[in-house]
Amino acid sequence: MKKLDKSTRKLISSIAVIVVLYLVMSGMQATGNLSSLMSGLLVPVCAYSLVAIGLNLCVGYLGELSLGHAGFMCVGAFTSAFFSKMYQDVIPDVPRFILALLIGTFFAALFGFLIAIPVLRLSGDYLAIVTLAFGEIIKNVINVLYVGKDAAGLHLSLKDMMDLGLDLDGVVLINGAQGITGTPRQSTFTIAVVLLIVALIITHNFVNSRTGRAVKAIRDNQIAAETVGLPITKYKLTAFTISAAIAGVGGVLYAHNINSLTATTNNFGYNMSIMILVYVVLGGIGNFSGSVIATVVLTMLPEMLRGLSTYRMLIYSIVLIGLMLFNWAPGILKFREEHGLTTKQIVDKFKKKKEVQ
Amino acid sequence: MALLEVTNLGISFGGLRAVDEFNLTIEKGELYGLIGPNGAGKTTVFNMLTGIYKPTDGKIFLDGNNITGKRTADINKAGVARTFQNIRLFGDQSVLDNVKIGLHNRFEYGTFTGVFRLPKYFSTEKEMDKKALEILSVFGLDKEADVLASNLPYGKQRQLEIARALATNPKLLLLDEPAAGMNPNETKDLMDTIALIRKEFGVTILLIEHDMKLVSGICEKLTVLNFGRVLASGETTAVLNNPEVIKAYLGE
Amino acid sequence: MGFLTYLINGLSLGSVYALIALGYTMVYGIAKMLNFAHGDVIMLGAYLVFMCMSNSGLPAVVSIVIAIVCCTAIGIIIEKIAYKPLRRATNLAVLITAIGVSYFLQNMALLIFGSNPVSFTSVVKWTGFSLAGGQLKITGNAVVTIITCFIIMFALMWFVKNTKPGQAMRAVSEDKDAATLMGINVNATISLTFAIGSGLAAIAGALLCSSYPSLNPYTGSMPGIKAFTAAVFGGIGSIPGALIGGLLLGVIEILAKAYISSQLADAIVFAVLIIVLLVKPTGILGKQIKEKV
Repeated sequence: MKKLDKSTRKLISSIAVIVVLYLVMSGMQATGNLSSLMSGLLVPVCAYSLVAIGLNLCVGYLGELSLGHAGFMCVGAFTSAFFSKMYQDVIPDVPRFILALLIGTFFAALFGFLIAIPVLRLSGDYLAIVTLAFGEIIKNVINVLYVGKDAAGLHLSLKDMMDLGLDLDGVVLINGAQGITGTPRQSTFTIAVVLLIVALIITHNFVNSRTGRAVKAIRDNQIAAETVGLPITKYKLTAFTISAAIAGVGGVLYAHNINSLTATTNNFGYNMSIMILVYVVLGGIGNFSGSVIATVVLTMLPEMLRGLSTYRMLIYSIVLIGLMLFNWAPGILKFREEHGLTTKQIVDKFKKKKEVQ
Repeated sequence: MALLEVTNLGISFGGLRAVDEFNLTIEKGELYGLIGPNGAGKTTVFNMLTGIYKPTDGKIFLDGNNITGKRTADINKAGVARTFQNIRLFGDQSVLDNVKIGLHNRFEYGTFTGVFRLPKYFSTEKEMDKKALEILSVFGLDKEADVLASNLPYGKQRQLEIARALATNPKLLLLDEPAAGMNPNETKDLMDTIALIRKEFGVTILLIEHDMKLVSGICEKLTVLNFGRVLASGETTAVLNNPEVIKAYLGE
Repeated sequence: MGFLTYLINGLSLGSVYALIALGYTMVYGIAKMLNFAHGDVIMLGAYLVFMCMSNSGLPAVVSIVIAIVCCTAIGIIIEKIAYKPLRRATNLAVLITAIGVSYFLQNMALLIFGSNPVSFTSVVKWTGFSLAGGQLKITGNAVVTIITCFIIMFALMWFVKNTKPGQAMRAVSEDKDAATLMGINVNATISLTFAIGSGLAAIAGALLCSSYPSLNPYTGSMPGIKAFTAAVFGGIGSIPGALIGGLLLGVIEILAKAYISSQLADAIVFAVLIIVLLVKPTGILGKQIKEKV
């Protein structure tokens, strides 16, 4: 068999690690060794990981900073939950969830595409602030959206529940700031892990394909990319749309794991976008497996610090600042290099030890 | 019919007339030099020829097609490729991938095929690798195919940039100061390379250069630009002996 | 008359945004970084004023001065510890660190002051006046806020244009390396910028909470984001741009709340921002920088 290239080997080992973790976690859950808190985090961690993978495609490969990916997650969550709720008694569970997944992904991709058309004309921090603005708009509009259904069909309003004018037998599907309640809880840990692995494979294949190379070329040097005949806008749109779609998958998972889906600053606003960005940067820009690792560690970390109650978020923030300085500050990096403390040097040392044995 | 026909090309930046009434005719297969003092507007001409700047006046015809003011990517598809004075490689990608990006429009498969690795992905990638290595071997860069472009030494970066441009299968290759920053030995190697690619790829070349040894050594014809206007143009020896040209270069 | 009242309220809110936006715009202009923690310095400033006034019974002016001094010190310390080591690192690394600082300040406040909102006493005792037979009411808060904002704005423009440190700031924002070669102390200039921005944040905090008195550890976060939007709106890096952006944003927000929908007001503000940036990609007063080929 042909020798696999480095990135493929890395993909396979990451998938192996995820599978092992999955088995361990499932085992612990089945034997009752997992606290209910940890157990409740399993699916959300996968959902955040997916959004982080999507955002990493945008930041790492398209080279553009987006502060609005929580918005795409939000679109995926609400469109799929709406669909599931609407057809709860009409379509059987499995096909309905598959359809919901497709619908959530499709609408997130559509929003990503529509937003990208104007946004990608901008660059750098301007692009970042416009994506943030889009994310906030999506969240805001969903908070005033009322949709109900009765015998006469669908009713829509931006005012309040009364304004829908539903019949007595009508049901409210989206209830403004109260969002969607009673979405079937179909996101199992297994489904979440499968989707996570699929996303890792898709992004890996994408960045190593003809289109992916073009996207990276545009990131590295747009003018040179144009002079070798690459259609800049087309590929930027493609990458951004895929990035939004993956975030949308995260949203679908998230929505089908909770009873009551609302759009607040913390779950779909800029706070979430920023939190995901933190995962992406700490996991390594352009490193999809790294995004997953950072998401898992940083989501679990505050929970493990729960014993420290009020101090936990303070410690989290100090760890975050410390990590950034440790990994990025030129002065500290120089010190680490001189004393053999860079990640590479440490890994090499371990490898050598293994060889000696 | 001439391969490149430029008539009365001009561009203004605000009130500044950077290039004015620029005319140029290059026949197929020629090696043509564009020379002139710093700030004469040579790179500006290249930027107009490749669509990076839109000319204010004038027309550019490539092989009889009007390419004036077209988009850079379309001009490349029409058959113009270039290199840059300050090298612009895709630094975070391998030498091989740099050339494969140049091959982008010659070997096609869609995003979907790439993401789901359908059979066409494997066959096309294989062909692309073969073609890219073939081009790299002309420059003796095939052994460094897996090296990151930004890790190549300076001289090889310049060569890789030419290889990438050639990968787009151009009719006309524009080289912007290919010998800049090179020592005499490297410059000599470069002259050999240019001669070789003319033979191997049958490409017409227009180059900007300050190194007079290189210019007089390989260019068949010259156009001299001074303050945005053509000062002289014609056979290399005749142009270099033109008193006007000598004055522009050496001063009074 | 309703419209005029809204307009004045909008200008008052906009003045606060402008003051906050100044902090963003100056730091961005000089250090090329989005200081995400700026909004939280506002919150700290407001808490400090609250503590001095309500707990220690100090007069409003003294309280504000104390808050300015403390916030200036906090700004300088944050810069020294968290941002300065990253001076030559990528923008993204600095951005994430700023987010970390923001989390830190919020949680610090949460520990010290608790999560329950406190009711802020206005720093302006004067209740204002009525015009047109009581139909048009102008609050003292609004008058003081608008006047303060304009005084600070013009003082700052004068400072940047006419004083040595001001010129150093402009030089550093244009080209750090060239400024160093010209003998400008870049580190001191950046510290000064953070100091001014943070000092202004204290004033902004006091004025913001005088009009919107509910104060909690997250109070600074949303106005911070909006003020940053205002800075981008006006053209980031430009002081008059921050003024124009802030005022416009405040007016649009209040008018949208009054006439369209209070819940959609934020969405409308952000939509206007997007439209402005699409028409003028560098903001109203921003400069276009083209890459040289």
